[in-house]
Order: sequence, then structure tokens, then C-alpha cells
Amino acid sequence: MKDLISNINKVFESRVRLGIMSVLMVNESYDFNSLKETLDVTDGNLASHIKALEEKGMIKVNKQFIGRKPNTSYSVTETGMTEFRLHLKALENLIREQ
Amino acid sequence: MKSEKESIEDIKAIRRIMEDSSRFLSLSGLSGVFAGILAITGALVAWFFILGTGPFRFGDYFGSMTSGAAITLKWKLLADAGVVLLLSLFFAFCFSIKKAGKDGKSIWNSVSRRLLANLFLPLFAGGVLIIALMINNQIHFIIPCFLIFYGLALVNAGKFTMGEVYYLGILEMITGLVAAFVPGWSLLFWIFGFGILHIGYGVVMYRKLGV
Repeated sequence: MKDLISNINKVFESRVRLGIMSVLMVNESYDFNSLKETLDVTDGNLASHIKALEEKGMIKVNKQFIGRKPNTSYSVTETGMTEFRLHLKALENLIREQ
Repeated sequence: MKSEKESIEDIKAIRRIMEDSSRFLSLSGLSGVFAGILAITGALVAWFFILGTGPFRFGDYFGSMTSGAAITLKWKLLADAGVVLLLSLFFAFCFSIKKAGKDGKSIWNSVSRRLLANLFLPLFAGGVLIIALMINNQIHFIIPCFLIFYGLALVNAGKFTMGEVYYLGILEMITGLVAAFVPGWSLLFWIFGFGILHIGYGVVMYRKLGV
């Protein structure tokens, strides 16, 4: 039992962060505005969760210019992918155990 | 600690977000039905008003006319096909807007942009090839090319929408390939590929998902 829960990752303990990770797991990259629209959250809220995930090395930021407009997109890192899979597994196990 | 209910909610949300963010699901089965009916109408217009119910086999037909008349005829047929295409896209667009509105989703997002890019790339290649075939008088291969490239476009775009679109694409592609080996019966393959297959797809989707 203890093993199962140890995989529940504190970094993902928020619906917004779960959302960001879910989007990036199935898409090569996603830009800020599209993320905002998909998850239906405010700029500030999204930015702070992105920052947290970035600091933990779960996602990476790609800054580009499209013409003259800056365009920021995000993608999941190798670590993020592994950690998120473990987290999902832990969630599933938790449901099965109880 | 997390409760079971929370975990289930989390997993549900994850699944929904993964789907919403990677697939465009605001497609209506009615678009397929309309496209099918329009394609059959277009074929009938071509048959009765442009070809004038001449011999059903294109080859015989074109062989029996002067080159000037054949050229006018070709462009008339192309215009007919173009009108069918534009009207089909128009209706698909209207039905999608309506469906997206009902689900509270937007129609113009990163997924729909990717869907369109993947759809139009093979269509563009096919369109250019068809113009080349027209110029070089390879009439037999025009409708097979329409079907094959349309099929490839759907296979390509199927990754970004319902899985059924992918299978529709494969059927269109097969229809086109068969048509390429049976020259002269293009109009029938057109009716089957763009008419009957579309209506079939539309009815299946409509029964599965509603409007």
C-alpha cells in the first residue's frame, strides 16, 4: 500500500497541472493561448502552474518568433513523461485498492 | 491523502483533456450525408446536362468529339466538381459551427488548424496533379486521382478527429485505385466514392453521436 501512494507525485496535485500535463502528453507542443482555452483558466493561474512544472523539470519552454510576434509553446520533458505515467498508475492503483 | 472519488475525477478529467486537446470532435454526421447527396447531384448534372447522356464510357465519348469541344467540356466538368466541393465544405463548416456551439467549444483552435493543414496538404498535391492530367489529356485518371488523394487526405486528417474518418479515407483510396484499373466508368466510381460512401459514413456517425 505504501509503495502505491509513494508514486503519487505532489507536483501534480492540482487540476490545472494535471490538465497541462494531459495536454502535453498527447501533443508534441502546445502554445500558451491554446492551453488557456483548452483548460479554461486565467492567464495568471496558468502561468504560475506552468512555472512550477518547469522548475521541477516536467515541461520545457520553447520560445519562437512567428514573424515579429513572440510565440511561446510548451512540451513535456522525458522526466515529465515518466513521472506523469507513474502518477497515473498510482491513481489507478489507488482506485483499485480501495 | 487522496480519496478514491478524487482519483476517479482526476482520471476522468485527464482523459477528457487528452481527447479535447488532440482531436477535433465537432464534426457532424450530417456533413457526410449532405456531401454525399451533393456529389450524386453533381454526377447527375454532369451526366444529363454536360455530357448530355452520351456513351457512359468517357473514352468513347471524348474520342467522338473535336478537340475544342472536348476542352470546353472538361472545364465544365471541373467547374461542376468544384461547385460540389465548395458546397460540401460550406455545409460541413455550418454543421461544425452549430455542433461546437452546442458543446460550448470553439471551432478555430490549434487542433482544428492542425486538422485542416493535414487535410489540405494531400488535397493540394492531388489538385495540382489533376490540373496536369487535364492539360495532358489523361482524362481517365482524373476521377481515380480525386478519390485517391481525397482518401489520403482523410487518412492523414483522421489522426486529429474521429477514428471513423481514417477508415472512410481508406475506403475512398481503395475506390480510387480500383477506378484506375477500370477506365471509362469514372462517373460510377465517383457516385460510389463521393456519394454512397459519404452518406454511409454520415448515417453511421449520426446514429452514433446525434447531430
